[in-house]
Amino acid sequence: MNSIKFLYAAYIATWLIHGLYIGSLVRRYGRLRQQMKDLGRGK
Amino acid sequence: MKRAFPILAVLTALLLVYAFYQALWVAPTDALQGEVYRIIYYHVPSAWTAFLLFFINFIASVQYLANARPSTARAARWIVIAIGIIGFVAPFIPQVKQQLPTGMYPSSVATTFLIITGLYFVIGKYFVDQDLDVLAVTTAEVGVVFCSIVLVTGPIWARPVWGIWWAPGDIRLTSTLVLWLIYVSYLVLRRFSDSAQTQKLAAVLAVFGALDVPLVYFSIWFFRTQHPQPVIGGGGSMDPRMLHVLLISWMAFLCFAFLVCWSRYRLEKLSREVEEAEALESLLEPAGLAGPSSAVKTPLSRGSK
Repeated sequence: MNSIKFLYAAYIATWLIHGLYIGSLVRRYGRLRQQMKDLGRGK
Repeated sequence: MKRAFPILAVLTALLLVYAFYQALWVAPTDALQGEVYRIIYYHVPSAWTAFLLFFINFIASVQYLANARPSTARAARWIVIAIGIIGFVAPFIPQVKQQLPTGMYPSSVATTFLIITGLYFVIGKYFVDQDLDVLAVTTAEVGVVFCSIVLVTGPIWARPVWGIWWAPGDIRLTSTLVLWLIYVSYLVLRRFSDSAQTQKLAAVLAVFGALDVPLVYFSIWFFRTQHPQPVIGGGGSMDPRMLHVLLISWMAFLCFAFLVCWSRYRLEKLSREVEEAEALESLLEPAGLAGPSSAVKTPLSRGSK
């Protein structure tokens, strides 16, 4: 039966969604750090 | 607290790997569905985690609204205590007991109400004013991520088992989609509204949105749906070995959700402090009062320590 493909697809999709979200958090942290640096320098 | 994060992250990663191993290799194969049933170890814990996060969002939003006035906060506290007492006692009254659906035990209903009341006071103790709003936005966002996983893994599981990706009109599926849409609209409202009332409006939306959570959860208890019966209670049955793996998997996802919420909460707090500092700087700049760092010290230094 080919259903094993669906199992792998579900697991991959789960970690893909988590990965994308964590990636977006990292990007937002990076942007914030830059903003804080700019503020510290008085722009 | 900062030191605890990497330790917790390592422990969570180990737990996730262990849960993955248990789900794929240790849990027995289902006699009817074969290997594909193992999607349950990601689908169900993600759903439970999303419900929990939306519930925390609901409590934080209620508290945020109630704390606007001391009299409302007091009234809300007494209402929650009353709900807790009624919810704890009522399931044991014979007339009410008879109304409970098969598999729903009075003790579990009473415990749930006790936890709800306890959670309300715990959140009220550790989060005040703006922190409640930060907690609400954090749990809504992470909850949407987990709910998205439920909505993606559900159809992937349904295709080989039901023969269809989606059962139109099925109340469990539709109410879950509606729940996801409500919280996405909550996040969109917060992202694009500039009004001073945004936080209050979002809190009101969250309170009404949370009403969909019990509908999603209990839909399979009260309605006939394509979706299977609950795996715990509710007339459903599960091999104890499968249940064991399911609970390990949920524990792993709960730890993971906690870490993600922690990061998101910190990010939200910091970004609000930066916004505050920027606003302060732009106010002081025309008068020549702000030096390069003087304006930012007050709010930012608070958060970074």
